[in-house]
Amino acid sequence: MKETKNKKIDRNGPVIFSPIEPWAGLNQALKLGRSELLDVVRDSNLRGRGGAGFPTGVKWNLAAVANDEEKYIVCNADEGEPGTFKDRVLLSELSRLFLEGMIISAFAIGAKKGFLYLRGEYKAFLPGLNKELADLRKTNYLGKSILGKKGFDFDIEIRLGSGAYVCGEETALIESLEGNRGEPRNRPPFPVNTGFNGHPTVVNNVETFAAVVHVVAKGADWFKKIGTEKSAGSKLLSISGDCTKPGVYEVVYGISINDVLKMVGAKNTKAVQVGGASGTCLAKKDFKRKIGFEDLSTGGSIIIFNSKRKMLDVADNFLRFFEEESCGQCTPCREGIPVLIDAVDLIKSSKCDKAYLEDILSLAETMQLASKCGLGQSAPNALVAILENFKDEYKLSKKPREEKLFNV
Amino acid sequence: MAKVCAVKKEVSKDGIKQEVCDETRAGLLPVLQEVQDKKGFISDKDMQEIADRFGIHPVEVYSVVTFYSFITDKKEGKHVIRVSNCITNEMAGNQKIINEFEKALKIKMGQTTKNGKVTLKMTSCIGMCDEAPAVMVNDKLIGKVTPGKVKEIIRGLK
Repeated sequence: MKETKNKKIDRNGPVIFSPIEPWAGLNQALKLGRSELLDVVRDSNLRGRGGAGFPTGVKWNLAAVANDEEKYIVCNADEGEPGTFKDRVLLSELSRLFLEGMIISAFAIGAKKGFLYLRGEYKAFLPGLNKELADLRKTNYLGKSILGKKGFDFDIEIRLGSGAYVCGEETALIESLEGNRGEPRNRPPFPVNTGFNGHPTVVNNVETFAAVVHVVAKGADWFKKIGTEKSAGSKLLSISGDCTKPGVYEVVYGISINDVLKMVGAKNTKAVQVGGASGTCLAKKDFKRKIGFEDLSTGGSIIIFNSKRKMLDVADNFLRFFEEESCGQCTPCREGIPVLIDAVDLIKSSKCDKAYLEDILSLAETMQLASKCGLGQSAPNALVAILENFKDEYKLSKKPREEKLFNV
Repeated sequence: MAKVCAVKKEVSKDGIKQEVCDETRAGLLPVLQEVQDKKGFISDKDMQEIADRFGIHPVEVYSVVTFYSFITDKKEGKHVIRVSNCITNEMAGNQKIINEFEKALKIKMGQTTKNGKVTLKMTSCIGMCDEAPAVMVNDKLIGKVTPGKVKEIIRGLK
């Protein structure tokens, strides 16, 4: 399937969409050798682009020093966050780039096998990606003794997801790769120590692998000059909702929400959801805030709402999404989300009193603290932000609710 | 059930290299995906056979089948249409598209046509928010769906 190119958006940017010679990254990696390569990635301050922002160099280093013959690379192409579609562009237009990133990381940590975990929704890209892998095997960029370097053996296998959002969480993804239900594990231990089948495994986002090629080819100093002090480089944003030019944009870290809105032609904007359903909902007063790990850390989903939208409906949609996608393993998430959904109904119909609202906010906090993985921890975020930021959109009941406890 | 071999691995037996099916647990999901593609569901009998091959209890296969929304234990139509229900699709008016599909197929959301040809389902975000409202028809992503386009999509299903 070909990506339908939006003619209004140019594919150019400071890092991912910047020009690069094919294989410049891998050639440079081989020239540097393993330890210097790890130094470059660490010095570049590159952090994971999936949203959590773990330093890539640290992750690679932990896997590289792990004492095991068998190590794995996993490319997380399971973007399922509502409003995220940046990987769709990378998978269809820049597959060679992130595959090169995977090969570089395999060289860095000494992995022989890699998995590309492709979300089931993107199955249409599978034939193209498989052809790409076949070409790389023919030209010895994959296989035995890659580019004549003895002992550098690596191959990539594509595994499909089957429509489970939670499998984007790295330990759930590994469970899924192992043929299990995609239920997140306790962390620690982390995948860099006990990943796929108990072996050290590096799981990185598609965008991280794409960025690392540029980092290695062009150097850590070049990369650090882009972005802010704490957030080096650029970010791909998937922008949708009420604007005239939705699509995928590459922006430099440090860009304000106001500038993003201007870039995509958004008017009468009331709210911006940054980071998808699990992210946070910003009101006008927050539009000066900036994209970056020090302020608004995001996997890249930006959803824009204009003045006509009802924010409680938005919260309701997000919570229903989490209810559907919760793996059901831990209690705060499984039992908490339905209570929040009921609460939104009560608030919408002005039947919620102040005391119950406080109960709900305390439940939200419990979920944020006690859920096992990021899904449950972040499920209440949007609701809490919307209740705080859009107080004029709901009225509390003056009559105390007879039933004080949660209706579980 | 004809034996499905979704993942192969290389082994050497008596000095000769050959490819065999990977029947370690990690090969389970690809096998389920392939059976789902071919038959439209995983029957009880298939669950038992797959469990035997992988040397696990059938209830373990069942637990995996029921976890993933693209794998089902009830028969789906030859074609599956999934309408995205994420917020941008709701904002772009996916309800109109749903109504149109229900009217044209004469079924309700979640049902399969009587002739077993088409199943209509809701799904979480499919990564097409910039082209909302969007649907997924089998493996294909289709954006900017209009009520007029719904009929075109249905006509295209063989």
